[in-house]
Amino acid sequence: MMETVTITMKNLPALYLEADNISPDVFAGKTAEQIAGLDVFEGNTTQTLGKYFEVTGKAGATAADTKIVVKGDVKKVKYLGFKMTAGEMLIEESADLYVGAWMKGGKITAKKNVAAFAGLAMKGGELNIEGDAGNYLGTAYRGDWRGMSGGKIHVKGNAGSDIGMYMKGGEIVIDGNIDVHPMTHAEGGRLVVKGNAKSKIGGQSLQGDIIIFGDIEVMMPGFKPVDTVELEIDGKKAKFSHFIGDMGERHKKKKGQVMYMNLYKKL
Amino acid sequence: MAEYLIKNGHVFDPVQGIKGDKADVAIKDGKIVDKVGSSAKVIDAKGMTVMAGAVEIHSHIAGPKVNLGRIYRPEDKLFSCTPTHGMERMGGGASIPTTFKTGYEYAKMGYTTAMEAAMPPLFSRHVHEEIRDTPIIDEGAYPVLGNNWFVLEYLRNHEVENTAAYIAWLLKVTKGYAVKVVNPGGTEAWAWGLNCLSIHDPVPYFDITPAQIVRGLIEANEYLGLPHSMHIHPNDLGNPGCYQTTLDTLALAEGLKTHNKFGREQVMHLTHTQFHSYKGTNWADFESGAKEVTDYVNAHKNITIDTGNVTLDETTTMTADGPFEHHLTGLNHLKWANVDVELETAAGVVPYIYSPNISVCAIQWAIGLEIPLMMKDGMRCYITTDHPNAGPFTRYPRVFKWLMSTKAREAQINAFKHKDKVLSQTSIGSLDREITFYELAQMTRAGPAKSLGLSAICGGLKPGMEADVAVYNIDPDKPIANPDDIEKAFSRCAAVFKSGVQVVSNGEIVSNGHKRTLWVDVKTKENAQVKRDISEKFVKYYSVTQNNYEALGHHFVPNPFAIEVDATQV
Repeated sequence: MMETVTITMKNLPALYLEADNISPDVFAGKTAEQIAGLDVFEGNTTQTLGKYFEVTGKAGATAADTKIVVKGDVKKVKYLGFKMTAGEMLIEESADLYVGAWMKGGKITAKKNVAAFAGLAMKGGELNIEGDAGNYLGTAYRGDWRGMSGGKIHVKGNAGSDIGMYMKGGEIVIDGNIDVHPMTHAEGGRLVVKGNAKSKIGGQSLQGDIIIFGDIEVMMPGFKPVDTVELEIDGKKAKFSHFIGDMGERHKKKKGQVMYMNLYKKL
Repeated sequence: MAEYLIKNGHVFDPVQGIKGDKADVAIKDGKIVDKVGSSAKVIDAKGMTVMAGAVEIHSHIAGPKVNLGRIYRPEDKLFSCTPTHGMERMGGGASIPTTFKTGYEYAKMGYTTAMEAAMPPLFSRHVHEEIRDTPIIDEGAYPVLGNNWFVLEYLRNHEVENTAAYIAWLLKVTKGYAVKVVNPGGTEAWAWGLNCLSIHDPVPYFDITPAQIVRGLIEANEYLGLPHSMHIHPNDLGNPGCYQTTLDTLALAEGLKTHNKFGREQVMHLTHTQFHSYKGTNWADFESGAKEVTDYVNAHKNITIDTGNVTLDETTTMTADGPFEHHLTGLNHLKWANVDVELETAAGVVPYIYSPNISVCAIQWAIGLEIPLMMKDGMRCYITTDHPNAGPFTRYPRVFKWLMSTKAREAQINAFKHKDKVLSQTSIGSLDREITFYELAQMTRAGPAKSLGLSAICGGLKPGMEADVAVYNIDPDKPIANPDDIEKAFSRCAAVFKSGVQVVSNGEIVSNGHKRTLWVDVKTKENAQVKRDISEKFVKYYSVTQNNYEALGHHFVPNPFAIEVDATQV
């Protein structure tokens, strides 16, 4: 049976809070008191969740039966939904870095904005952002070459730069505009941008799909026009110019066919 | 200093030939002694295994290429950090741990001495700063010499005496321990975009071959009578068919005898033998050459080896074999870093995942185990992972488990995706030898200590030796029900003493000890030519002055332990 835990910010931290325990997986099976006793880190000090948040309700028996509602100002709270595998999370206000990082399942809805590195190395589940997303959405951890590999990220607003870097699978849909460097080094996955894109689209990418409905400010010289295709996106058909790239990179063969990153720009 | 008496443990000490007898080990003033007074603190080791502190002969744990790995692999620290607790400072990193974590992890497994296997002389100051910041364990570092311009120029004309004088000077200014050779000539060739894949490939410009470099460095090493022998990573590492180059390299030591006062018997130490024991012509027909290589080493007493066991982990490869790392990044397409070290050496770094689902990795795992299982004399074959190249050193307990239990090996073989290929390309399935506790003590203590010329100091429990002692919570008299118990016991010692100070208790660090830097101080006859050559090279080529080259004083080597060698009478 689905149970709901509500955590409400009552004492704003002076520093940023590293709250990697705020997830249905950790909360599952715990009472409000137990949840309030979980560790969070403020700077180099270990504190309890209850020092900053008022905790009400209780968690379900498993992560899948647990919904977390995060209320109040969490602009200085990192790692909401860290490594979650199931259940739900609703974040009512704007959150800091790493929302849904290493997420494997379940659903997160952020009603406002999220800062950088949301959906980092995500493997599954759904991450819905109703405001704007920061830079490095759905990318690999710093230095790593294993980015988002599954699941779905939907941003209703705009997204920042370097989204989908080292992406290997899954889908990112941005209703608004994006900044530079989407899908750098990507080896799979799909990025749909309903608005405009800037430059360096799919630089050094090997495989995957990028679909841009709006304008592209500057095209990459490493992409080559091949044909015009009709695609059906969200039930609507439209014509797109089709490019392949990045021609400066190595490309794998699959069943005798060389695999490329496909860039589709709406005509 | 406190006195200790480790009572009733099963002692394994190849130095004294003790094979698991119940005995007491007494410690006083930092040394092993015959007996201690009644006030000595008693450690009850009943039902436990007692050995000397283990000695690591080849590991990459300090210096610029290790740090380059740390810098360019932040993901190696992801989820592997430990916060400050008790005596321990914070640490992190799985395959390239921070200096503090390196010291703690070695000590917790009962290691008390470790050798950094490749020190670029120009960066010896950096190496020593990291050694200084690695607590507990005594450490030394081997300067790399197989691609050094002085060495190439002297040995081209077979000037062994000048080479020896240069080595003596270099050991002094870099506070180095031994003569290390990595891909002789090949790394210098790499600066020209080339490589030396056989011992007869000429080195560009220098007009010398790897064979001449290796033979000349053995002669120079024995001219000086250094504690350790020439320590070699041969040409053609890691390629199918490379075992032939390995055999050619080993044959260069044929007939050469050692000359030293340290009890060392070999003239050549072949390192990470696993990487040099490959047969086949490509990655599809890749197979083990462990039998050919160990047959040769078994028959030649003037060679010692270490294994380089693949541990099936994600790790970071790093070597002064620059061309090999470039080759490797071409195979796995992961990030590559390369460094050139002026007239001395180079280095490359590439992450690597030894996956049990890839047949080549599984065969490499098997070759690494075949080597010690095929070696007849545990005093001449030492366990290493060539940390971090074949796997992190923190996996030693798992390697011990595979070596000590056929059951554990079978379980791993059955877990491989390409089990049949592992069995057809290696003989791991037919080897039923299980390494005993005594042989393990040879392969991890007495053996490497003897090879390093440290047999009077460490690697044993004879009265008068350093009180480096490890107590493991495993009873060698009882049959081992679950091989994982071996791994567990060797992972976290019940107690560890370093030079008579208890540094580990119940698997936790209880003291940072008095860590020392081992180096070799050789006195030679004045050699005006070499002196002039050195100052000329600094003026003409080096980016630093000779005055800024030496690792000198308390900042770099706060607690030196010099091993004296007198080569003035040669």
